[in-house]
Amino acid sequence: MNTLRHARYVLGENPVTALAFAGFFVLVLCAVFGPALAPYDPLASDTAQALTGPSAAHWFGTDQLGRDIFSRIVVAARLDLGIAVFSVALAFGVGALLGLAAGYYGGWIDRVVGRSVDTIMAFPLFVLAMGIVAALGNSVANIVFATAIINLPIYARLARAEANVRRHAGFVEAARLCGNSEARIVLAQLLPNIMPLMMVQVSLTLGYAILNAAGLSFIGLGVRPPTPEWGIMVAEGASFIVSGEWWVAFFPGIVLMAAVFCFNLMGDGLRDMVDPRRRT
Amino acid sequence: MMAGEALLAVEGLRKLFPVGKRAIWPRNRVPSFLHAVDGVSFAIGRGETVGLVGESGCGKSTLVRLIARLLDPSDGSIRFDGEEIGTVPARRFGLAPQRGQIQMVFQDATDSLNPHFTAFRAIADPLLRLRRLSGAALRARVAEVARLTGLSADLLGRYPHQLSGGQKARVGIARAIAVEPRLLILDEPTSALDVSVQVVILQLLQDLKRQLNLSYLFVSHDLNVVRLLCDRILVMYLGHIVESGPAGQVFAAPAHPYTQALLSAVPRPGASAGRSTRIGLPGEPRSPIDPAPQICPLYGRCGRASEACVASMPVLREIAAGQFAACHHPIADAVEPRLMAAG
Repeated sequence: MNTLRHARYVLGENPVTALAFAGFFVLVLCAVFGPALAPYDPLASDTAQALTGPSAAHWFGTDQLGRDIFSRIVVAARLDLGIAVFSVALAFGVGALLGLAAGYYGGWIDRVVGRSVDTIMAFPLFVLAMGIVAALGNSVANIVFATAIINLPIYARLARAEANVRRHAGFVEAARLCGNSEARIVLAQLLPNIMPLMMVQVSLTLGYAILNAAGLSFIGLGVRPPTPEWGIMVAEGASFIVSGEWWVAFFPGIVLMAAVFCFNLMGDGLRDMVDPRRRT
Repeated sequence: MMAGEALLAVEGLRKLFPVGKRAIWPRNRVPSFLHAVDGVSFAIGRGETVGLVGESGCGKSTLVRLIARLLDPSDGSIRFDGEEIGTVPARRFGLAPQRGQIQMVFQDATDSLNPHFTAFRAIADPLLRLRRLSGAALRARVAEVARLTGLSADLLGRYPHQLSGGQKARVGIARAIAVEPRLLILDEPTSALDVSVQVVILQLLQDLKRQLNLSYLFVSHDLNVVRLLCDRILVMYLGHIVESGPAGQVFAAPAHPYTQALLSAVPRPGASAGRSTRIGLPGEPRSPIDPAPQICPLYGRCGRASEACVASMPVLREIAAGQFAACHHPIADAVEPRLMAAG
């Protein structure tokens, strides 16, 4: 189809973006088939093999309980990616709707949405996420929820600004002449126009969300051990760096970094794919 | 002038916009209003082309948006084909049966096309919403309208940025005529186009009018175009219609001083000594914010003004057959202006 051909064109033109998409594809593969791909059981401890360095048998070495770090990283992709994707989807959906309504209708909706978003922005965001998880309880759903709330203001503000400059555009008046309802104008005419910018934001916040989830786990507020999760693994490995067992924290850290990097690089490609003006 | 009832009849139409912040305290402060359209009455007959001219900021755009039902009037009535449509809120007019019968071609074709819709999708939009067409019937109708407006089929899959200015103008026209309107409002449809393309688009509009039996309300800055295309013209100044009449007659013998000044500003080929024939209006237009209701809007810029012009607002009255002017001292009886002032 036309859109697919355009997507292939965008990736072909931009090798860095293609690489980022390839990395994302590997992450998704790990998330879907993680337990089947992992060479070892991520929870099985083997004290005889505790804290051995990277080798042919254990590519990324083993941790203090002798668990295979590579297997744990692969299996953790599902949880980390899941938290990031669901929280960004939630922030995107709610934020875009609130922002569009505020920017298009103005008036009291704009004031209510604007002030609420300002209130969220007034907190240090990571502390706010900590507070939400601490108050609601340590569950994956609450981490998703907290991450969505701290990302919501960006989407709401972006959508509001973009909808506001277009509310008097000629094509909006034309759409009204064509008999479109107000809701349809917002969702079918305005939303596609702000998608390119929103997609860039999605890629940025995906990386941020994964860091946030890992950060919460790192300070003990997210997922609990022994569940494999990148943030916990870095936290647990951190104490071994001084004694020379660098691989315990290094490999989950580098994968975390690569994932964030990859999401950020995807942004430009995603924008070009949803923007027909990039087509020639 | 026209047989039977007019297609569109506008009576005492007003649109006031509140200016400045609403006072929270003291509550009793009287709010200010900008009188964009201030008591306008006119009619458009079936098959007629009416030109609307006036300088920037005179309320032309507001007037056409009131008629196109994109804005709610503050006062007055808009009757379309005998039915009152001014009372239906603009937000709900999309469901009114008259929605498809009044359509509009916008000034800026680029701005009026959604950059994320192909030409096909743009033309299909009114058909989807107002006609509920789909599938083969939709494709057939879009193809037919595209043929009428001279758009080749391979252009329909393109996005606006892949079309030229003239092609975008054609898409805008095709979208407007897709649902077979009876009144087409043309808001300076050619002002954003090259001169060579303008001629082609104007020719297209003329052909469409004949083929589809349309009535036009043609808004333009270009007085030469108005003279060529329009049966009748309305001259607007500061929210008021100051003169109306058959285009040829108004151009040959303007009765209102403002019309005269406006027409004298039209560049004529060959008239190198044009400067001497040009009638200037000194000063700036009066403020449209809370204007005094009894003072002629042109007062202060008009060389023919007298005490009568501040004492009572002139209303449209017939100067010659079919020609109306809102002036106490119209140019037609310029021989005895003092007599008029005394009377």
